[in-house]
Amino acid sequence: MSVPRSRLRASDLTGLAFHGVRAHPMRAVLSGLGIAIGIAAMIAVIGISTSSQALVQQKLAEIGTNMLTITAGKDYLGHETKLSPDALARIRHLDGVEEASWTSDVDTHVYRNPYVAAGATGGLVVRAAEERLPDAVGATLAQGSWFTIATRGLDTVVLGSTTAEKLGITEVGMQVWLGERLFTVVGILDPVLLAPELNTSAIVSPERATAVLGFDGIPTTIYERSEDADVLRIRDRLPQTVNPASPGDVKVSRPSDALAAKNTVDQVFTGLLVGVGSIALLVGGIGVANTMVITVLERRQEIGLRRSLGATRPHIRAQFLAEAILLAFLGGLAGALIGVAATAVVAVANGWPLAVPLLIPVGGLIATIAVGAIAGVLPAVRASHTPPTAALSA
Amino acid sequence: MTTVLELHDVTRSYGSPPTQALRGVDLRVDEGEFVAIVGPSGSGKSTLLNLIGTLDRATSGEVLITGERVDDLSDARLSALRAHTIGFVFQQFHLSEGQSTVDNVGSGLLYTGMSRGLRRERAREALISVGLGHRLDHKPKQLSGGERQRVAIARAIVRRPALLLADEPTGSLDSASGETVVQLLRELNGNGTTIVLITHDRDLAERLPRRVAIRDGLIVSDSGDPAIAGQTKSGVAA
Repeated sequence: MSVPRSRLRASDLTGLAFHGVRAHPMRAVLSGLGIAIGIAAMIAVIGISTSSQALVQQKLAEIGTNMLTITAGKDYLGHETKLSPDALARIRHLDGVEEASWTSDVDTHVYRNPYVAAGATGGLVVRAAEERLPDAVGATLAQGSWFTIATRGLDTVVLGSTTAEKLGITEVGMQVWLGERLFTVVGILDPVLLAPELNTSAIVSPERATAVLGFDGIPTTIYERSEDADVLRIRDRLPQTVNPASPGDVKVSRPSDALAAKNTVDQVFTGLLVGVGSIALLVGGIGVANTMVITVLERRQEIGLRRSLGATRPHIRAQFLAEAILLAFLGGLAGALIGVAATAVVAVANGWPLAVPLLIPVGGLIATIAVGAIAGVLPAVRASHTPPTAALSA
Repeated sequence: MTTVLELHDVTRSYGSPPTQALRGVDLRVDEGEFVAIVGPSGSGKSTLLNLIGTLDRATSGEVLITGERVDDLSDARLSALRAHTIGFVFQQFHLSEGQSTVDNVGSGLLYTGMSRGLRRERAREALISVGLGHRLDHKPKQLSGGERQRVAIARAIVRRPALLLADEPTGSLDSASGETVVQLLRELNGNGTTIVLITHDRDLAERLPRRVAIRDGLIVSDSGDPAIAGQTKSGVAA
């Protein structure tokens, strides 16, 4: 006579796994904890880094990535070249250019008062700036105003944010010592993200710079803005436009690229921390394996009973494997929640937008299932080799 | 009458050098019988139970369950045989503490692939048939020893096995509880269940229809087998 095969439904297997985990809640919590910490660390690290990047992305979106900076490079002999005085006019004629302006270094320094030693420049630079500069670089004024028709011809200065701080200028109307003259501060800029060199500048009008500071009227840097779609095309055409005779001497850069690059540097660090999290996950997996080995030893009688009820070796193996996977998965689930919560706390504290890519928690959970499966193999195989007579030897 | 169990010259040795726990056992149990295998500890009766229950394999000889030779069956086939043909009752009950009596009894059908709903339905019927219809949702801890053993019996009979194997079923019970369990087994036998009961309790064995005495790995008497009935008196007297 033929007897039907032993069968175990998938739903019953799941039930057995939950039953096994529930039987020792404390043990389940402790052995799942290692995995929880690993997953939480990984998600928090990635989440926090992503959230901080999201802030930069958000800022970049606000200020735009459509600005190009043009500077004079060096010629083939290594000598500094100069931009031509009419470069700005030519750039403005380029199709698609929406805004353009320039600054130029002026060969003098700025001090808080005449008594400061000449060498103590504080790294601050005096620059002459064309009148449309704030629009071109997206600069805003923290105090006062940009040059007007009235102030342009007078000894007035607009300070970058760092300059104002270093000179101890807290409000407009105060005076600084610039090029052997007293200049009155008429405006203080907010920090400029895309043109950080302006933060350490003291800006004067070209008219006044020419009149009293010996400025030659030749631009050092040109800032140009266009539609996003036109940026690459314009970038290619700028060198010829600026210096048709020797386009190779012109340097064109996109400052937003540098900001994005800074973030990629952070990613290396993130990768390192994720590596540490992976090790925690691995150690957690070993914890699960350890717990499962003990469980198998303790439950010899149950295994024997199940064998007497008709369980095959694969049934026993599947039961303990499922239990290990469930244990790891529950740990991973807790870890994912902790990780997201930690990211949320840090993001809120820093005023960042909360950004955890869905892939990370989902990937983490898949990883825990894999870890649980690997951790469970050995104990499950041992369980399946427990002799059925074990149930009888009380 | 169908033969449920046949053993032909079965031996079982353990270890190296081998010590023989069974030294050539012949036994035949027909459908509807209630057989007590009785012997002192160390006589080989537990080894015999393991072989009958297909939990262990004989070193030599033949074991047939419902006419099928089991010595050469694969582990999976033996498991299937246990799932469908043999019911076990243990001295220590082996109930799952976290589960209700219905689920404990239902676990007797777990490896038949039956749905949970159907298992519970059959388990309810089995519990009613062992007189525990009022204890369906109790946990084992809430039951007396006798009741627990009746739950274990219900788990063994829920799949309507051809053979019910009971290993010292009254061994952990006081005499009153043990009596209810024996009565239950007699009832089940009265309804047609074939039972092999293993015990060291001679008083218990004396009250059962057929007694097989085992000592030092050999059957020394069998009250129900005419072939060796002549030796019975001398065997019991010794």
